[in-house]
Amino acid sequence: MKLTLKIWRQNGANDKGKMQTYPIDGIEGDMSFLEMLDVLNEDLINKGESPVEFDHDCREGICGSCSLQINGEPHGPDRLVTTCQLHMRSFKDGDTIVIEPFRASAFPVIKDLIVDRSSFDRIQQAGGYVSVNTSGNTLDANAIPVNKQDADQAFSAAACIGCGACVAACKNASAMLFTSAKVSQYALLPQGQVEAATRVENMVRQMDLEGFGNCTNTGACEIECPKGISLENIARMNREYLSASIKG
Amino acid sequence: MALSGLFLVVFLGQHFVINITSVIAPDTFNTWSHFMGYNPLVQYVLQPILIGGVIVHFVMGFVLEIQNRKARGIRYAKYNGAANAPWISRNMIISGGVVLAFLAMHMYDFWLHEMVYKYVESNPQDATRYYAETVEKFHSPVKTGLYVLSFGLLALHLLHGFASSFQTMGVNNKYSAAIKTFTKVYAILIPLGFAFIAVYHHLNPITQ
Repeated sequence: MKLTLKIWRQNGANDKGKMQTYPIDGIEGDMSFLEMLDVLNEDLINKGESPVEFDHDCREGICGSCSLQINGEPHGPDRLVTTCQLHMRSFKDGDTIVIEPFRASAFPVIKDLIVDRSSFDRIQQAGGYVSVNTSGNTLDANAIPVNKQDADQAFSAAACIGCGACVAACKNASAMLFTSAKVSQYALLPQGQVEAATRVENMVRQMDLEGFGNCTNTGACEIECPKGISLENIARMNREYLSASIKG
Repeated sequence: MALSGLFLVVFLGQHFVINITSVIAPDTFNTWSHFMGYNPLVQYVLQPILIGGVIVHFVMGFVLEIQNRKARGIRYAKYNGAANAPWISRNMIISGGVVLAFLAMHMYDFWLHEMVYKYVESNPQDATRYYAETVEKFHSPVKTGLYVLSFGLLALHLLHGFASSFQTMGVNNKYSAAIKTFTKVYAILIPLGFAFIAVYHHLNPITQ
């Protein structure tokens, strides 16, 4: 397969950056998108050029590291997959593929296609946890009965890998889906009730401080999320936030 | 934003109920319009609340738009928004802007006229004038066309905004499908009804 790649190149956070075109040949349909970039980088290194920097870790769709905007969509045209799970068979011979970093003011570019997503970490640190004393008389987790439906919904919310596709897809660069998933996974469980009010208030405050946009319910985040995180989580977070605000 | 939007949706329904009487029962239209124009509760309590609701909705809309644009400082070279969200949900600022422009024209046509009639010219109360005045407003084909165009954009705005406001207020449950269906019916029928009233009066310029 012969392709033309248009890739965002930016030599550091302060560089202006620009799109650069690379022709590439010999790409197999069974290759993953990241393997295709590996081929490109080997070629660039052999030519003495700087390789294209991009984030990756597990290459199994669970770490949330790979974060590429491919032809105008986060993680490319396929649904419920991360960039590392996207195969080149999704493209045709002769295609031009535009590859950019996830764009958001809260995700500044570090280099080329790598963005700084530590804003997500700070949102999580603001309240995305349950304070449990893990030393001494630790309770058996199964000692607290949990409704099956709640457990399933909490697990679905906890499936969020924090890749940032929701922010990248949203026309407002909103982080509501990510934040709401992290709020929901605790809000649905009895262990999360004690800190429920402070959790949602602190996480939403941090989300706003990071400079993410507002949710206008376009639903793009849900469509592009590789883990299928539902918009129901945003509604749940809004309920939690309203409830916390009323209780003061 | 959601609350003010829902409030305006309810007002729109009430406005339509009164307006449609201008087609089916002009005398009733005159009676109701006179009541709305001179009832102290409507004039000094409900009307200021309505104006406040409109201002809050539009100001919040523009503030959110500015914040949202700032949240993505650098635009994508290629952004395939149509792949994951309908045009109407991504362009509420356009449909809302057209509705705002329409509102300015509508206020000039009817509200300002009323203010001048009642408070500047200090005319005596006349409960029979409203139907004739309304029909006269739709004499111009250009103005009628602008009204119909605006109602089209209003329909697009409602198609996303109505159901969306429930999601913002935390309502996403077994009733959501029914809310979305009702949104489609309301968002199409009400603006279509308003457009029908405008065209009807344009084609039937008979005054009482």
